[in-house]
Order: sequence, then structure tokens, then C-alpha cells
Amino acid sequence: MTVVDFAFYLFAITVVTAGLFVVIARNPVHSVLWLILAFLSSAGMFVLLGAEFVAMLLIIVYVGAVAVLFLFVVMMLDVDFAELKAEMAKYVPLAALIGVVLLMQLAVVFGSWAFAPEAEALRGAVTPDAGEVHNTKALGMLLYDQYFLLFQLAGLVLLVAMVGAIVLTLRHRTDIKRQNVLAQMYRDPAKAMKVVDVKPGQGL
Amino acid sequence: MTATDLAIVLPEVFLALFAIGSLLFAAYTAKDDLGPALTWATAAVFVGIAGWVALSGDTNRTAFNGMFIDDGFARFAKVVVLLSGAAVLVMTQEFLTRRGLMKFEYPLLIALATVGMMMMVSAGDLMALYMGLELQSLALYVVAALRRDSPRSTEAGLKYFVLGALSSGMLLYGASLVYGFAGTTQFAGIITTADEGGMSIGLLIGLVFVISGLAFKVSAAPFHMWTPDVYEGSPTAVTAFFATAPKVAAMALFARVMHDAFGNAVGDWQQIVAFLAVISMFLGAIAAIGQKDMKRLMAYSSIAHMGYALVGLAAGTEKGVSAMLLYMAIYVTMNIGTFAFILTMERDGVHATSIDGVRGLSKREPIKALALLVLLFSLAGVPPMVGFFGKFAVLTAAVDAGLGWLAVAGAVASVIGAYYYLRLVYFMYFGEETDAAIDGAMPTVQWGFLVASAALMILGIVNLFGVDGAATLAAITLVN
Repeated sequence: MTVVDFAFYLFAITVVTAGLFVVIARNPVHSVLWLILAFLSSAGMFVLLGAEFVAMLLIIVYVGAVAVLFLFVVMMLDVDFAELKAEMAKYVPLAALIGVVLLMQLAVVFGSWAFAPEAEALRGAVTPDAGEVHNTKALGMLLYDQYFLLFQLAGLVLLVAMVGAIVLTLRHRTDIKRQNVLAQMYRDPAKAMKVVDVKPGQGL
Repeated sequence: MTATDLAIVLPEVFLALFAIGSLLFAAYTAKDDLGPALTWATAAVFVGIAGWVALSGDTNRTAFNGMFIDDGFARFAKVVVLLSGAAVLVMTQEFLTRRGLMKFEYPLLIALATVGMMMMVSAGDLMALYMGLELQSLALYVVAALRRDSPRSTEAGLKYFVLGALSSGMLLYGASLVYGFAGTTQFAGIITTADEGGMSIGLLIGLVFVISGLAFKVSAAPFHMWTPDVYEGSPTAVTAFFATAPKVAAMALFARVMHDAFGNAVGDWQQIVAFLAVISMFLGAIAAIGQKDMKRLMAYSSIAHMGYALVGLAAGTEKGVSAMLLYMAIYVTMNIGTFAFILTMERDGVHATSIDGVRGLSKREPIKALALLVLLFSLAGVPPMVGFFGKFAVLTAAVDAGLGWLAVAGAVASVIGAYYYLRLVYFMYFGEETDAAIDGAMPTVQWGFLVASAALMILGIVNLFGVDGAATLAAITLVN
């Protein structure tokens, strides 16, 4: 067994175990931590595949941003997960039935799966030759040249999501006091304060 | 990416830039006070772009390596989408302003949704299809919940969002199976691998999932469950939009996927589309009978109408596609007029959409009642009106394609469906006025749309204003 094989099994077993614990952990915070472990191990798998850029993305974006966001949400939202689980338990038989049916359908598809004869050539047509172009560069060319239109559309979708969140939640309340920084800075100490000489034994 | 590619998508780019620019401008200046002006401006831009697209020649071009197709079919659908969008914006501006719902984001979200629709009808790739669809849907989820202090509107938005996400999931699952089989997401590549009879079972399952996702978007039965609730819960202005442009875009997208990607295997999807068509026509016709609310009634009516449009698609021929386009153009025109009326249904200043409101309308408002009568006859497909010619076109296309039973089913469903349209006419002309009767005055703009739409339903019988010829030319570029 070479080092690469050993590393593969190490990462693969860690991913599967961590994935399992994400689901069965009682404490949601622990679930998120297991999720981070799963992300890190799959980043290792990507390195083994020679896709180091994707591996770094996985760590920076998923571990660094998404998982931490999850952690914050889980800790800040006061969700009673035990109650949610009890609620879920009612639907488990039905859900299991649907799951089994879906699994059987997938098995049918998998059993009789066939590729189109042209599929191999078509799949390779969009990507540059891996031997000549570095994979990070190839990814960039695909994303920003070949799929430029889709990239821009994804940007528009995100813009709509942002505008939508603001439209649906922002309220301009007029009955609350706000901080006005300018007004604060331009206040004249001479007008805002006065020194009162209080004699002993007398109130103001 | 080259300058030529960008030149081809210029109308979409222009609309997107307009929306982004106006968003920034309004956010830094008068905010919601600019809403009405922006609505008019957006409508004007829609009309301008519609003219631009219509007059941009009759060449068929592709951009971004076949991801974006600019052909006669796409241009026809875009013009219908843009013009109906403009009409709805103009028509609903007063309604929203008077009810304090006029946010400046409303016209801009509609504009961005329209960019999505233009991408949908021009999609030449499963990924482009999905991006366009999501851009459109996301903007529509937001406007469905626009009246955020109303539980029903919020419910409509949430329901639409959750079920829309489910349908996107189905669509994506199907798309991934199709990609797995074909090795490409481009329609031009998929069609070379998917032949009649030679479809593997995996690809077939993928196709079924893609069709299910699309059927949800056009609200065809049995994927229609969201439609009545969303139509009823959303502000009426938004409902009017839902019932027009997005339906055209989704139906055009449906036709594009079926013919561009699976055009060599018509027999494989024809039966599925025909099944959707039959179920939709009958469900729409029968379930509408018990409805008491105009908006719910129009929801079931739209399900039935989508069924007829799908009959055209099920034919799988060029004539079928042309009939479908004609049907959608007529359907949108009728719906704009009908919603112009529904928008102004009110009693004591409160928006009231119960169908009891129209009882005895002919005595109080003879012109409005007459215009509505024409529109309802047209929706029902009663012969002299234009609506009949739409139904006639799709049913003959089905007969010509050897689907006689489908045409018969369509005719039977249209007879059943005529009942509830005619019942409204009966209420207007012979109904006793109750204390639910509507009493609102009709602003000039809505009145204009109602009467113009009714007039088109009668004047169109001369030559359909040449729309059928344009639809045929458009269909030729799709089916070949």
C-alpha cells in the first residue's frame, strides 16, 4: 500500500464517519463541527485527485465561511431540536417508505444505465486538455470564458435574492430614536453642558 | 466570449443594466416615492426592447458556444413576454399605489424576472435554462409576498417558494441524468444522442423529471396545487403578472426543451405531454365550477388554458408549436383585460374579489359588463370571439398529428369549462344585486385595457392581426 492509497483510505473513512455523526449527533453544534471535519477530509481527497484549487476553495469557502455561518445560526437561533425530532418521528414510516421506493428506482436506473456512444467525446469537448493546461487555469477559462453568461446570470440571481430579502424584511420605523453621528459631532459643548456650583447641604 | 456574443444578448444586458441602475438611483434618492415613475419607465423600456427585438432581423444566431439561441421562436416569445409585462405594469401601478404597496423594488424585480424569462426562451443549454428559470422564479417568489403584513400574501410567497424549490430539484435531478447519459448539457449535443426508440431507461427517467419540473412552472395538472393559493394570496397586481408573462415564458421554454433537445424522440415525450394536457384541461374545467373567488377562478382557468397550450405542444409538429404560440398570445391578451377588471373590483373602497360582486353589473355599468362578457366568451372559446380560434388551432394541430382522441377530450373539457364562464355572464345580466355588489369606479387606464382587450377579441376575427403568421414563422425556426 503506497502513501497515496493510505491517504485515500484515511480521508475516505473520515468523510464517511464524520458524515454519519453529522446526522446522529444529539447536539446541533456538534453536528456542525463534524460537518467541518467532513469538509476538511474531502478537501484532502481533492488534493489527492490533483485539484488543489478546489481543495483550497472547499476549506476557505465551506469551512471558513459557510460552516462558521451555520455554527452562528445554530447557536443563535433558539430552536428546540429535541421537539423538532419528536415531530419528525411521526413521519418517519412514510419518509422511510418514500426513501425505499426512491432507492429502488435509483437501483433500476443504475442497473440499466447506458451512456450515449458520443458521451465521452462530448464531455471532453468543453474542457481543455488536462496535460497542457494547469487545472486552476482550466477552471478559470471554463468559468469566465465558456460559461461567462451563466456566471453573470448567477450574479443577477444573487442580486435578486438580496433585493428580495431587503424588500421583505426592511421596515422604516419612525417611532425609534436613531443615532445621528453628524448631529453628535457638531454639538457645541458650551451649549450642551453647564457647570453648576452646588453648595453643600443644598440640592439642585 | 467575444463582442459578437455580447451583441446578441444586448437586449437582455440592457434590461439588466436598466434594472440595476434604477435600483441604485432610487435607493439613493426618493426611494418609494419614485415607484410610480419607475413603473412607467420600466414599462416604456419593455416596449422599447420589444420593438428592438421584433425589428432585429430574421437571422438565427447563437452566442456563447450555443448557450444562448436567438431565433424567430425566441424573438416571438420575447415580444409577447415584454409587451404583456409592460401592459401589466401600467395597469397595476395605480392599484399598488392606492394600497400603499408601491415599493420602488416592485417594477425592478419584475424587470429582473423578465430578464430571466428572456434567458429562458433563448436557452440553448440545460444550465442556461436553469439560471434563467431561477432568476425568474426568485423574483416572483418575492413579489408574491409583497404585501408582507398580510398572512395570506406571506403564505402565498412561502408556498410558492417551497414548491418552486421542490420543482427545481426535480428539474435538476432530471437534468443531471440527461447530462450523465449525453455527456453534454447543450441541447444541440443532447439531440444527437437521444434518438427515437433508442432512449435508454436512465435518459427516459431524466426526461420525465425534466418535464415534471417544467410542468410545475407552467402550472399544468397534476403539478398545479400551488396555483390557486398563490393566485388568491398574492396582491391582485402580482396575480395579474403571474397569469401572463411567466406562463408564456415557461411554455416557450417547455417547447424549446422538447424540440431542441429531444426533437428526435417525439414519440417518447408526446404521450407524457398529452397526459398532462388532458388532466389539466379537465381539472381546470371541473374544479373551477365550485369557486367563489374571482382570483381562484382565474387560477383554475389558467390551469385549463395551459392544458390547451400543451395540446399544441403534444402534437409535436411545427403546426402544433405555431398553434401553441398563437394560443398563448391570445390567452395573455384575454387575461390582461380580465385582470384589468378584477383589479378594480371593490366595495366601499375595499378590494373584494368575490364572484357575487358582479351580480347585476349590466344595469349599473353596461359598457364594463359588455366588455367582460366578450372576454368571458373568448376565454370559454365561444365561436365568434378570438379565443375560439386559439382553441381551434391547437385542436386541429392535434388532429393532424393523429391525436384525434386528444382533440375530442379538449372539446369536451371546453364545454364543461364554458359553464363557469357563462355563469359569470348570467350573474352580470340576470343576477339579483346583492349587498356584495361592487361599486368602485374604474380608473381610465384599467378601463382602457378592459375595453381594448375586449375589442381585440372581436376585431381579431378578421385576420388575428397577423399573429398567426408570425407564430408560424417562429415555429419554423424551432421545429425542423
